Amino acid sequence: MPIFALKMLFGDSARFYGMLLGLAFSTLLISQQASIFVGLMSRTFGFVTDTPQPDLWIVDPAQRFLDDNKPLRSTAVQRVRSIEGIEWAVPLFKGLLVVNLPDGKRQMSQVIGIDDASLIAGPPFMLEGALTDLRKPDAIIVDERATRREFKMINPPEGGEPRPLRVGDTLELNDRRAEVVGICKATQTFQSQPVIYTTYSRATQYAPMERRMVTMVLAGLAPGVDEAQIIKSIADRTGLSAFNGEEFADKTVGYWMRETGIPINFGTAIVLGFFVGVAVAGQMFYNFVLDNLKYFGAMKAMGASRKTLLGMVFLQASTIAVLGFGLGIGMTSAFGLTVPGERLAFRMTWHIPLIAAGAVIIICTASAAIGMWRVLRLDPADVFKG
Amino acid sequence: MFSKVESNMTPITTPEIAVRASGVEKVYVSGDTNVVALRGADLEVHCGEVVILAGPSGCGKTSFISIIAGLLARDGGKLEVMGEDPQALSTEARTAWRLRTVGFVFQQFNLIPTLSIAENAAIPLILQGMDRRSACVKARELLNQVGLGGREQSSPVRLSGGQQQRVAIARALVNSPKILVCDEPTSALDGATGLRVMELVAQVGRMPGRAVIVVSHDDRIYHLADRIIHMDDGRIDRIETPASLRNAHA
Repeated sequence: MPIFALKMLFGDSARFYGMLLGLAFSTLLISQQASIFVGLMSRTFGFVTDTPQPDLWIVDPAQRFLDDNKPLRSTAVQRVRSIEGIEWAVPLFKGLLVVNLPDGKRQMSQVIGIDDASLIAGPPFMLEGALTDLRKPDAIIVDERATRREFKMINPPEGGEPRPLRVGDTLELNDRRAEVVGICKATQTFQSQPVIYTTYSRATQYAPMERRMVTMVLAGLAPGVDEAQIIKSIADRTGLSAFNGEEFADKTVGYWMRETGIPINFGTAIVLGFFVGVAVAGQMFYNFVLDNLKYFGAMKAMGASRKTLLGMVFLQASTIAVLGFGLGIGMTSAFGLTVPGERLAFRMTWHIPLIAAGAVIIICTASAAIGMWRVLRLDPADVFKG
Repeated sequence: MFSKVESNMTPITTPEIAVRASGVEKVYVSGDTNVVALRGADLEVHCGEVVILAGPSGCGKTSFISIIAGLLARDGGKLEVMGEDPQALSTEARTAWRLRTVGFVFQQFNLIPTLSIAENAAIPLILQGMDRRSACVKARELLNQVGLGGREQSSPVRLSGGQQQRVAIARALVNSPKILVCDEPTSALDGATGLRVMELVAQVGRMPGRAVIVVSHDDRIYHLADRIIHMDDGRIDRIETPASLRNAHA
């Protein structure tokens, strides 16, 4: 009977397409909103994923997330280096500074000062220039996205059409000269400010002078040492907190999840998507079963076993679930591929299709279960009652 | 006119009595109210016989036919259908018994509109485990015999009421059941079509080893039955034959 079950499903084209679109839009809403949520959350720790070199990120214990800067004394670097098992430790500056463009615009930007000697924590991809160019005087490397957007020069000094910032252009950071020596590609920050890389010593010159200028210490472990033991040693001997990259990213996401309304906003949209599925597709499938109840009843009277009838309903539900989910996740993927990433945070991890599939399975299982219950309760003698 | 239905179904060696019901009772309980549908109905139907159950609405015809077909449990009395008491079987065994023993023709046809008429007619064979292709071949033979040859791929919704009922008859006969149970098979049809459908049913019923029980209000078809069993208030009221009816009207 499987083919007959499918013919019953596909033959009722108005209801079939209704169910298909209901499930597809439900999947779209759930997976698209979840992908944007994950994309946004990923931006909160983008710098961590862009910086794979350090084994440990060492910060003030009061720091709640990546951008919650609680600067350390410069001696923190030496104290960390003195701990057995630490192979290297470098300072990092990370802060917001005002940038003056040649055309007179001012733009708040994220300035990252990396270790002068090792250049550890530099940008993940260089599009123009080289990382070592940072050793030139007044050198900075600018994120490509910013060159086209925030740093795009409306009135270039040489005149002519508006153009992106390019290598060789000069900016002013806190009234000090900075020359663009390279263009890089970095993960967009949560607040979407332009990202500028320079050396640590230069960054501390650009930034207003404070007693504590080290935003965090990045450290590498000697081969074979116990990471947990080193983290404990750092805490005991320096009073600082140390995290590996994954933990630091989790801590950052945890903060945004707990302390902001973002999860609730996106969660509401996701739940709404689920209920769209229940209301539209689930209801339609249940009505589909109800409409076919007389045929199921006739087949039951003729001698169709419960197993046969339940198998038919199950096959119909699972078919519409697979098709609806497939269409929906395809629409989400198309959305993700079409919309520029710099405008909309979109990151569909493998969990998201699973979550959407789970929601679709719940919708279809629930509606099929109710339908099956009606089929099971069906009294075959009812077929004689018209 | 319909072509003659060939007796190509499996020859059946059955007891001479197809249905023997004795003192069958049925009570429907609805809250505090008991509705007595059957008050000791007795009936014997012989193989090769066509019997019409007649009577006013609510007299127990549908309950009686449902009990005989193994769709409904009785509350009292005895019943044997082709030598077996369907109520003595487990639910699964009774379902399988219905599949191989009883053919159904419903008042509203109950043809699945999204299947072709050949597929509709093939359903009992597929339920019995036959592959779809073979079942549809067998169904086409039956459709040919009921005068629908060449229209096997049509949708039921493109057929007239009479044609749909003929598909239903083909479906009921496709797996060679021993009892054909028809519920108001002509009520949704005009007089002439109803008569032709009933002629087909009567022709089928008189095959060896098979019996037909028809529930009907339609006195225009009574002359096609061997006996007309009138029910009233849950009992068999009187039994007539076409001859006695003719005499009564003479």
